[in-house]
Amino acid sequence: MSILIDRTARVLVQGITGRQGGFHAKLMMEYGTDVVGGVTPGKGGEWFEGKPVFDTMRMAVATTNADVSLVTVPARFAADAIMEAADAGIKLVICLTEHIPVSDMMKVVAFCQRRGTRLIGPNCPGVMTPGQAKIGIIPAMVATPGNVGVVSKSGTLTYEVGFAMKNHGIGISTIVGIGGDPVIGTTFVDVLEMFENDPETEKVALLGEIGGSAEIVAADYIKNAMTKPVAAFIAGRSAPPGKRMGHAGAIVDGGEGSAEEKIMALEAAGARVAANPEEIPGLLA
Amino acid sequence: MKLHEYQSKFLFRDFGIPIPQGKVATSPNEAYDIAQELGGVVVVKAQVHVGGRGKAGGVKVAQNAEEAKRHAASILGMDIKGLAVERVLIDPGADIQQEVYLAITNDRGAGKPLIMTSMEGGMDIEELNRQRPDAIVREHVDPIMGLHDYQKTYIASAMGMPRAQWRSFGRILSGLYKCYSASDAELAEINPLVITGDGDLLAVDGKVIIDDNALFRQPALTERRDTSGEPDSERQAREAGITYIKLDGQIGCMVNGAGLAMTTMDMTKLYGDEDGIGPANFLDIGGGASPEQVAAALRIILSDENVKCVLFNIFGGITRCDEVANGILTAYNEVNPDVPMVIRLQGTNAAAGNRIISEAQIPHIISAETLTEAAQRAVAAVKERS
Repeated sequence: MSILIDRTARVLVQGITGRQGGFHAKLMMEYGTDVVGGVTPGKGGEWFEGKPVFDTMRMAVATTNADVSLVTVPARFAADAIMEAADAGIKLVICLTEHIPVSDMMKVVAFCQRRGTRLIGPNCPGVMTPGQAKIGIIPAMVATPGNVGVVSKSGTLTYEVGFAMKNHGIGISTIVGIGGDPVIGTTFVDVLEMFENDPETEKVALLGEIGGSAEIVAADYIKNAMTKPVAAFIAGRSAPPGKRMGHAGAIVDGGEGSAEEKIMALEAAGARVAANPEEIPGLLA
Repeated sequence: MKLHEYQSKFLFRDFGIPIPQGKVATSPNEAYDIAQELGGVVVVKAQVHVGGRGKAGGVKVAQNAEEAKRHAASILGMDIKGLAVERVLIDPGADIQQEVYLAITNDRGAGKPLIMTSMEGGMDIEELNRQRPDAIVREHVDPIMGLHDYQKTYIASAMGMPRAQWRSFGRILSGLYKCYSASDAELAEINPLVITGDGDLLAVDGKVIIDDNALFRQPALTERRDTSGEPDSERQAREAGITYIKLDGQIGCMVNGAGLAMTTMDMTKLYGDEDGIGPANFLDIGGGASPEQVAAALRIILSDENVKCVLFNIFGGITRCDEVANGILTAYNEVNPDVPMVIRLQGTNAAAGNRIISEAQIPHIISAETLTEAAQRAVAAVKERS
């Protein structure tokens, strides 16, 4: 088993005729993901690698019976695309797009909650269940199947840690990139809870960073509700306060959201926190 | 993007929020004319993007136009925490009976707008939150529904606003929420919102921060960007589409991805801190980094004369290491750096990338296989040169 996705996921790619969307849709199909079609308004009736392209999500879902959607459209269209997917009845939407305004995301998150749709992201690398399916841009080479769940705010840092785990012979049940934006659809706690309830996940690696308090809330959950061991890394110890470190959410503001307080909270909750991400495999062994 | 006090208040005025009838001056003579026109007591306020300008002497009360001119002369050009004051706001003095705090901000944890208000305004909200957290009323707004009228009554009553001011406070609250939504603000803050001797409400100081990701649909606000507080290198990077933040260490870092870029900085500090060595910058080269972008990034990193070594840490996913390697060579030939460069390429096409680098046989290139090794070698290279 795994969480969120497995080989049965039927995936639509919103923006499949775009450069990024098309490129990654192809890699996903090569990995074995069941991409059943795509949506680009105005391009309905075209084909992409043998899969149908639709004008609307409503039509795409009705025809393909898809249950997952991957949003790859540019920031100014992404909020609408997510809501369109939720409105069409998709229960899992994964959004890669970076730079969506926060005011849009607050509306989108509320909208998805009302429709009973789980949103992963935005500004995330996606979800991968090694050996079964990947939805997003996580490179195939960074993970092998196994029993460690990985949840992370960042893309390339996740690849780094996945790769280090692979080199130590440690496999992964599912990787979930929750994204580095201030307002996101799925939090650390949501994913920790899924891993806690997943019989095939035995341990969890959590990769956080400065900004906000999601890691503190996660520490609380680890302390009170988790039986499975957690190894963690928090990026941004050397980041100065008041500066946004690339990710829109990565900022220490008014003394809140620093790496130190997150590390302390996680350690106090019983998680093992690495000073160097390449130590994570050792902490999981 | 931060707005200045005067920009924030003029924006509030567009949404029906009463503000003092002040104007901006860029010279002492202008300040004199404005003070003369306003008549009576005025306040001369430095317009800079730093906190604590009052303590630094950037806010002064003047009894008449002559004094306003003198104050403007001393404040204009003043250095406040490294920023030169280019403008002053001349506001009429307000008859302050009570200072109120009122702000709307994005509550990232809740994913909703949050109204924060208190009858104990004046000091900054972090300080108030530390000293008297119970004196702050907090109310979330449904992002889809917007602010309800009943919430305004609830807030006014919960905070202890005198009933005589409920109507005008409610109008200001609505105006501020509209301003916050329409401007895609991360923060719209009035502090203090003053209750005058006549019982009127007046937004005496204001602060607005606009979400950078929404600037594409805020052309009027984008035009108001003041880049004077931004280091040249950061401005160049922004214009080249690269995220760069200058720090004060010696190891220039070029990394793909924000999380990994922070991590790479952390590693240089982890292994260098005891020798006073650390990161010179944050730099995220982004997804499919082209040779031109790598070259631009390298020039920006090397424009910092503290840099004694450059560390490339690329974990190829979408980014292909062979392309980055070519980018590094192009950049190297163009920029011709005289500092050692530690290069660590991993992931997609790493073997090809490393071959390109080693075949080029560039002097003072140090290769590394892991992030740990790369950080340690960069620290060692800095030690050797100092």
